[in-house]
Amino acid sequence: MSHTRYRVDAAGQARKFPPEAMARIEKILTRYPTKQAALLPVLWVAQETWGWISKEAAEEVARILGLPISHVDGVLTFYTMFNLRPVGRHLLQVCTSISCHLAGADGLVEHCSKRLGIGLEETTGDGKFTLVEVECIAGCDRAPSMMVNDRYYEPMDEARLDELLGRLARES
Amino acid sequence: MEPVLTRRVGKPDSRSIDTYLADGGYAAVRKVLTGGWTPAQVTEEVKKSGLRGRGGAGFPTGLKWTFIPKDTKGKPVYLLCNADESEPGTFKDRLLMEQDPHQLIEAMVVSSYAIQCRSAFIYIRGEFYLGARVLDEAVAEAYAKGYLGENILGSGYSLDITVHRGAGAYICGEETGLIESLEGKRGQPRIKPPFPAVSGVFASPTIVNNVETLCCVTHIINNGAEWFAKIGRNEKNTGPKLYCISGHVNRPGVYEAAMGLQLKDLIFGDAYARGMKGGRKVKAVIPGGASANMLTAAEIEDCPLDFDGVAAKGSMLGSAAIIVMNEDTCIVDAAQNLSKFFSHESCGQCTPCREGTPWLYKVLTRIEEGQGRMEDIDLLARICNQMANGMTICVFSDAAIAAPLSSVTKFRPEYEHHVTHGRCLAGGRSALVTA
Repeated sequence: MSHTRYRVDAAGQARKFPPEAMARIEKILTRYPTKQAALLPVLWVAQETWGWISKEAAEEVARILGLPISHVDGVLTFYTMFNLRPVGRHLLQVCTSISCHLAGADGLVEHCSKRLGIGLEETTGDGKFTLVEVECIAGCDRAPSMMVNDRYYEPMDEARLDELLGRLARES
Repeated sequence: MEPVLTRRVGKPDSRSIDTYLADGGYAAVRKVLTGGWTPAQVTEEVKKSGLRGRGGAGFPTGLKWTFIPKDTKGKPVYLLCNADESEPGTFKDRLLMEQDPHQLIEAMVVSSYAIQCRSAFIYIRGEFYLGARVLDEAVAEAYAKGYLGENILGSGYSLDITVHRGAGAYICGEETGLIESLEGKRGQPRIKPPFPAVSGVFASPTIVNNVETLCCVTHIINNGAEWFAKIGRNEKNTGPKLYCISGHVNRPGVYEAAMGLQLKDLIFGDAYARGMKGGRKVKAVIPGGASANMLTAAEIEDCPLDFDGVAAKGSMLGSAAIIVMNEDTCIVDAAQNLSKFFSHESCGQCTPCREGTPWLYKVLTRIEEGQGRMEDIDLLARICNQMANGMTICVFSDAAIAAPLSSVTKFRPEYEHHVTHGRCLAGGRSALVTA
């Protein structure tokens, strides 16, 4: 069990949403009867804006929604998809739940780890790749399934993974 | 059976409202809102159809709707679509949302009308970026064509739908966990009562229904409750059903059939999964997602896949996620993998679950890695018995013990072999065998 999940890192600088993000937040707020209910959607805007959610970004979200920072902190550390520290440009999420496990997902994680020279929840030195295991992502019929950022790649095997990693590495 | 819920799946432009309208879409909304139906009539039709919840619990949908108090004391009523599909082995709602979003939106308009809800939410798991984007676009189309928003089709009825993304937490599929999450909190289930129908999201009467459940409503309105009730094995198990089959079969996938399809037909039938990969034998089947008890190869004989058919075998239909394991599978390894999932996903509120799930994982890991003791096998069963049957706020804990307890009971020799030989009985993929 990784304890880094329960700590929100600091970026060392204040965060202000750019105007287009603020416009999205204003629109989100019209959809909910309470400001607190907008917390998850606003945190998504924060993550899409900065790629991860720093302590300062969380403070800004708390200020906008009128919530205690402790509440925002509690929510951030409950859900697994909020990045509480910077991640690589390509977040490799390999499913290791039962159907993918039966299809050899563990070998895929190991292969990926060896090829990139990083362990789970680590990022390559060039900042391109972060490797994580995820729980079932509903790709069981095309197991083993994985996602890179918001896209599915399935079914996966070592050859396809090598091809994909090569392609992503060449992207600037 | 002609496909009902998956009729448009795989067709070109299946996501667009024009395709949907050309295929007779939004007829149910028109029928109900401009045909003089009362909300009570819609509920009655759904009740008569025998529709039971497709999310896992199998609760009668129409009956659930009647739990909304007659007098809501001025509070709004909410409909929440549970699109948090996270049960390992389940991938049907993803398909319905990515391929045919208007089928769901139409069903939500009709269902919202039945319970007099003016603001509905689709709570979709965070990983479904594509599904959320498809739904967002479809909701915008429905607003533009007047099937959502103010005064739908001039009926005086108005409805807003908001797509709300989760952020990675299995427990948010539990209805009160989902409600907490939608309110902007940690998704920790609530103590019941009060039940959501009385006091749910924003302290208001709330109905939570699964994606597939809601999708059925459109067809019940279009074709009638009797038509729906005739599909299926008997009057308690009605309608079309989506089955998700994965694991060691030739053709994994989502298959639609009448409720009560025989498990062996699903695994071996030409129209379905077409048998076991490499002609291997079946060792075990999980019939209803990670939360369901394993069945042995003998138990899959004469097992109709419906709520009562699988319950009669001592397991459950759950989300109809059928996971098939062949004879080479190490059962201890499978149980270890499943218990890792539950250990990771426990929300941590209740001690038996928060402490029990990692304990089970630890003991299973010890046995799997050849470090187990004979008394560990009984220890597993003992831990399980301390976690279930009302020891906790929600049924997550009951779900977490399904794989360890059923596998210890049904495949005990495999556990004993692991302990005495330090390795796997099944020549399969135990850590030690493959090392």
